[in-house]
Amino acid sequence: MERRDVNADPVQEFASRDYQYGFVTEIESETVAPGLDESVVRLISEKKGEPAWLLEWRLKALRHWLTMKEPTWANVHYPPIDYQAIRYYSAPKQKLGSLDEVDPELLATYEKLGIPLREREILAGVAVDAVFDSVSVATTFKAKLAEMGILFCSFSEAVREHPELVRKWLGSVVPHTDNFFAALNSAVFTDGSFCYVPKGVRCPMELSTYFRINAAQTGQFERTLIVAEPGAYVSYLEGCTAPMRDENQLHAAVVELVALDDATIKYSTVQNWYPGDKEGRGGIYNFVTKRGLCKGRNAKISWTQVETGSAITWKYPSCILQGDGSVGEFYSVALTNHRQQADTGTKMIHVGKNTRSTIVSKGISAGHGQNTYRGAVKVLKGAKGARNYSQCDSMLLGDKCGAHTFPYIDVATPEATVEHEASTSKIGEDQIFYCKQRGISAEDAVGMIVNGFCKEVFRELPMEFAVEAQKLLGVSLEGSVG
Amino acid sequence: MLEIKNLHASVNGVEILKGIDLTVKAGEVHAIMGPNGSGKSTLAQVLAGRETYEVTAGSILYDGKDLTEMAPEERAREGIFLAFQYPVEIPGVSNLYFLKAALNAVRKHRDLPELDAMDFMKLARERMRLVEMDEALLTRPVNEGFSGGEKKRNEIFQMAVLDPRLAVLDETDSGLDIDALRIVAEGVNKLRSPERSVVVVTHYQRLLNYIIPDVVHVLVDGRIVRSGDKLLALELEEKGYGWLEAQAAGKTA
Repeated sequence: MERRDVNADPVQEFASRDYQYGFVTEIESETVAPGLDESVVRLISEKKGEPAWLLEWRLKALRHWLTMKEPTWANVHYPPIDYQAIRYYSAPKQKLGSLDEVDPELLATYEKLGIPLREREILAGVAVDAVFDSVSVATTFKAKLAEMGILFCSFSEAVREHPELVRKWLGSVVPHTDNFFAALNSAVFTDGSFCYVPKGVRCPMELSTYFRINAAQTGQFERTLIVAEPGAYVSYLEGCTAPMRDENQLHAAVVELVALDDATIKYSTVQNWYPGDKEGRGGIYNFVTKRGLCKGRNAKISWTQVETGSAITWKYPSCILQGDGSVGEFYSVALTNHRQQADTGTKMIHVGKNTRSTIVSKGISAGHGQNTYRGAVKVLKGAKGARNYSQCDSMLLGDKCGAHTFPYIDVATPEATVEHEASTSKIGEDQIFYCKQRGISAEDAVGMIVNGFCKEVFRELPMEFAVEAQKLLGVSLEGSVG
Repeated sequence: MLEIKNLHASVNGVEILKGIDLTVKAGEVHAIMGPNGSGKSTLAQVLAGRETYEVTAGSILYDGKDLTEMAPEERAREGIFLAFQYPVEIPGVSNLYFLKAALNAVRKHRDLPELDAMDFMKLARERMRLVEMDEALLTRPVNEGFSGGEKKRNEIFQMAVLDPRLAVLDETDSGLDIDALRIVAEGVNKLRSPERSVVVVTHYQRLLNYIIPDVVHVLVDGRIVRSGDKLLALELEEKGYGWLEAQAAGKTA
C-alpha cells in the first residue's frame, strides 16, 4: 500500500512548485551598449529603417520621459532600476525570408514551449506572429488574412507597409505623455504586433502572438496596436513564457486598442514571465500599459488576463467608453506565489451615454506573494445611464501572503449605477479534507478549488487558452460534463 | 470489517476519546448515540483521518489494515465514506465534476478503468433516484446554496455513487424535516448489503425508526458506556442520557 506523509501541507506543496519553462536559447544577438540617450533612440530608428516622423515621435517621447519620475504609488517594492544599465536594442543577426531560414535553435525553443509555428496552426485555428527578443522572425497566415483585408503583422512591418495607419492611430489611446513606462516605451520600442480589421469583417481565427524575453539584460519594449473598423470583430491572444534568468529584466509594453462603431475587440492574455526563484531573486518586472478606446457607438472591448508570472506586475488594462452604448469588460486572474508582487486591475472611464462595464477580478496569493487589486470606475458628467458592476475576490493560500483591494469610484452623474462587491477567502482545511475524504488527492483538491474560484474568468478565455491557463495554475479544468 | 481497540484521541491537546472499543462486522449497522460533547463526531472524524485529531493510543483496524497509518484519501479509496454533519461548499466546482473526479480516483485505486462523462452521467442519474434528488443539483457548485436537506441528500447520493464498504453517517438526520429524514433513511436502507457496514452517529432516536440498527452504543465522555440492541435506543428516548451520564461519572469518580 502507498504510504505518504499524512500531515503534508497540500497548500505549501502546491505553492512550492518550480517554474517549468526555464531555459536559455543561444542565439547570437546584435545589441547596443547599455544606456539611453538620443543617440540610442536614433540608432534604433535607423536600424529599423523608420520614417522621419516616427523618429521625431520617439524623440519627443524620450524628451518627455527625461522630465518624468518613476511612479511609486503602486503597492510593490523593488530596488531602484538603473535605466542607464539597460540595453535598449537587440536583434537576431540574420535577415530572414521564410520560416526555413529561421534559426533551428529558435524553432527548437518554441518547440519546447509547445508553440505551434507551422501547419498545426491551421488545425488549431491560430495565426502566430512570433516575437523573439525585439524583432519578429516569423509571421504566418498573413496571406490568408490579407484576402479578407485583415492586416496582421509585426509592428516594424506595419511601419514599412502601412505607415498611414500607424501614423493615424499610434499614441491615440496611450499618448507618449501618459505615464513613465509608456513614455519610455514610446521612445525605445523595438517591435510588437499590428492588427487592422476593416469595416464589417469578422476575423475568422484567433490571432495570437507569443512574446519571449531572451537576450540577457535586454529590456523588452513591445508595442501593440489593434484597430477594428466599424462592425469588425477580432479576438487576439497574447501569451508568454520566459527562460530562466538571474538578473531582473524590465518589460514595459504598451498595447493600444481602438474599436469603432459596433466593433468588438477581445484581448486575452496568459502571462507567465519568469517570476524569480523562491527567495525572489531574478524574475521579470512587468510594467505594462494597456488601454482600449471604444471610440464608436456600441463598440465593445473585452480584456481577459491570467497573470501567473513576473516578479512584479504593474498592469491595468483599461477601457475608455467614449461611444454611446459602448461596453468595456475586464476579467482577471492574478496569482502571486513565493515573493511575487502584483498590483493589477483596471480603469473603466464612462464618457458616452448608456455605457456599460463589468469588472471581475480574482486574486490568488500563496507563499509570500502579495496581490493587490487596484481599480477605478469613473463616470463623467455626460455619461447618463452608465452602469458598472465590479466584483473583486481574493483567495489566500497559507498565512504568509497578502491580498489588498483599492477600488476607486468617481461618479459625476446621478443617472448612473455602480455596484461593487468584494470578498476574501482562505482556502479551507475543511474544503481540502472534504475532497480527500472522497478520494481526491490534496494536490488535485487545491487545483480544483482554485480553478473553481477562477471559473468566471476562465470561461471568458478562448478554449485553447483556457486549457493553458489551467495548466499554468497547475491543475486540470472542469470537464464539459453535464 | 472494523476493529477499534482502546482508542484515545485528542484535539489541541484535549483528550476527547478516552478508550473506545468497537467491532463492526460486514453487513452490520451500528448506531453511536450520546449526549452533546460526548465524542460522537470526533469518532467519525478520526475514522476518516482528519488531521486535526491526534490518535494518542489504541488501534483501528479496517480489513485487518492499520487505519491510522493511512492518509484520508487512501482511506476513502479503500472504501471508507464519511457523510459529513456539515457538508462543505466548494464554489465554482460543479457537483458532477467533483463526484466524477472522486469516483475516478477511487476506481483508479481499485484498478478499474476511469468512467467517461457519458458513463458517469448514466450512473449518477441512476443513483440520484435513491435519494430523490433534483437533477439540477448536479450542475450546481458543490453544496453551494443547497438547503440543509439538499446537502444531506447530496451526501447520501455521493455515498451511493462511491459505493463504500464502510459508511459513517455523522448526524445525517440533523436539520432534516420528517419527509426529508424518511427519504434519506430509505436511501441508506437501499444501500444496506451484506458487504457493507454502516456506522450511524446520531443524537436522536428518531432516525433509528427508519434505519434499524443491529447494535446501539452509547457514548458518554469519550467512552462507550453501554451497548445493546435497538431497544436501547428506545430506552434512551424515554429516559434521556442523564442516568447513563450519572452512572459513568460515578464509575470514574
